[in-house]
Amino acid sequence: MNWVSDHLDDLLAVSLDHLGLALLPVLAGLLISLPLGWVASRWRLARRILVPVTGILYAIPSLALFVMMPLLIGTQILDPVNVQAVLTIYTVSLLVRSIADTLDAVPESVLAAASALGYRPIGRFFAVELPLAVPVLIAGLRVAAVMNMSLVAVGQLIGVGGLGFFLIDGVQRGNYASIVSGIVAIVVLALVVDRLLALAGWSLTPWARTGKGARR
Amino acid sequence: MNVFESVYEWLTNPDNWKTTLGIVGIPQRLAEHLDYSWPPVLIAVLLAIPLGALIGHTGRGGGVVVSAVNVFRALPELGLLVLLVLSMGLLLATSALTIVLVAVATPTVLAGTYAGVRNVDRAVVDAARGMGMREWEILLKVELPNALPLILGSLRAAALQVISTASIAAVVALGGLGRFVVDGFAFREYDQMAGGAVLIAVLAIAVELVLSGVQWLVVSPGLRKKNARGRSRVR
Repeated sequence: MNWVSDHLDDLLAVSLDHLGLALLPVLAGLLISLPLGWVASRWRLARRILVPVTGILYAIPSLALFVMMPLLIGTQILDPVNVQAVLTIYTVSLLVRSIADTLDAVPESVLAAASALGYRPIGRFFAVELPLAVPVLIAGLRVAAVMNMSLVAVGQLIGVGGLGFFLIDGVQRGNYASIVSGIVAIVVLALVVDRLLALAGWSLTPWARTGKGARR
Repeated sequence: MNVFESVYEWLTNPDNWKTTLGIVGIPQRLAEHLDYSWPPVLIAVLLAIPLGALIGHTGRGGGVVVSAVNVFRALPELGLLVLLVLSMGLLLATSALTIVLVAVATPTVLAGTYAGVRNVDRAVVDAARGMGMREWEILLKVELPNALPLILGSLRAAALQVISTASIAAVVALGGLGRFVVDGFAFREYDQMAGGAVLIAVLAIAVELVLSGVQWLVVSPGLRKKNARGRSRVR
């Protein structure tokens, strides 16, 4: 406990760092995967390419991607952008499939009704299909945010790891307090972000609330 | 020589495929990786599918599952692994890794099973109940077959996560294909490191293809047709 109070300033500063490393990629990933998911839901050929390719990217271990990033995008080895680029890739691979699936799953009757009301395809997408996809989008974002929170730590093996510093430093010194503080800080931050995203989803889908009692 | 050539050279060098005194070759590292990976996936399936099915069927505890799943997902695998190895000792590193991988795979399969069973069309379930099926029959003959695409999808995701996470085993002096990545990084041998990454990716892709094939075989053709029609109707 003494260790924690002695290092509270460090923990807080590094936590902010950690949040930036983990969450900017979530935002970037969302902006990239929305059009990709739409394209994948629209054309079967695009889906057959996009979904497996993003799935394969997801399978590549984070440590290897972190270190290979400088070769692919020409950054410095210790540049935080490497970690953020990799986490953006993971976020995209996580979101594209679920966005494509959920856009596919919008009932034909709903689309027909929207068309009959005079929506053109683009207007229909933003006014009908996208709002209906919000629950799935939020679910995907929550998974991505929480996953990124824990993956940032792996970046410590190339010197950019946010709270991962306390994990690796703790192992090297045999310091349990450091490791446990690092884990607890990561979990707490992840859960707070998770709750905030859930709250955002709840406030964005008022229709889901009113229908809840009658559904079952 | 550019990077891609040196990686190709490393992968095709016969020396890297032989296990000699002091040097472990690619086939043995692959075998280690698989040995680390399959028991946690099996354990996760045995734990998560019955539990997820039960909760999805009764609808009780769904909120608890979602929260619990997220807490488990938030646990950093790296931190969990180093903490467990430090407290259990290096002799039990393999057991520590297994525990971590189970913690990685179980939430994914649990969430998939719960969501799959929960999202089965209520009209189908009511029809089954109306035909006089008992609750366990509804679960086994109606809900689970209908939920199979989601369950198997989550199983594929879990297998990929496990294979991917098993590569950090090298951090605690274990083997597996991650060894090449970690050693290559430590010795600044980028061909070895990237070669190891390629091998892990190839392994993951192979597993993904096999599981996709299994999914295609076991999912009811009726569900496949429905999906195909749904997609064409969108157009």
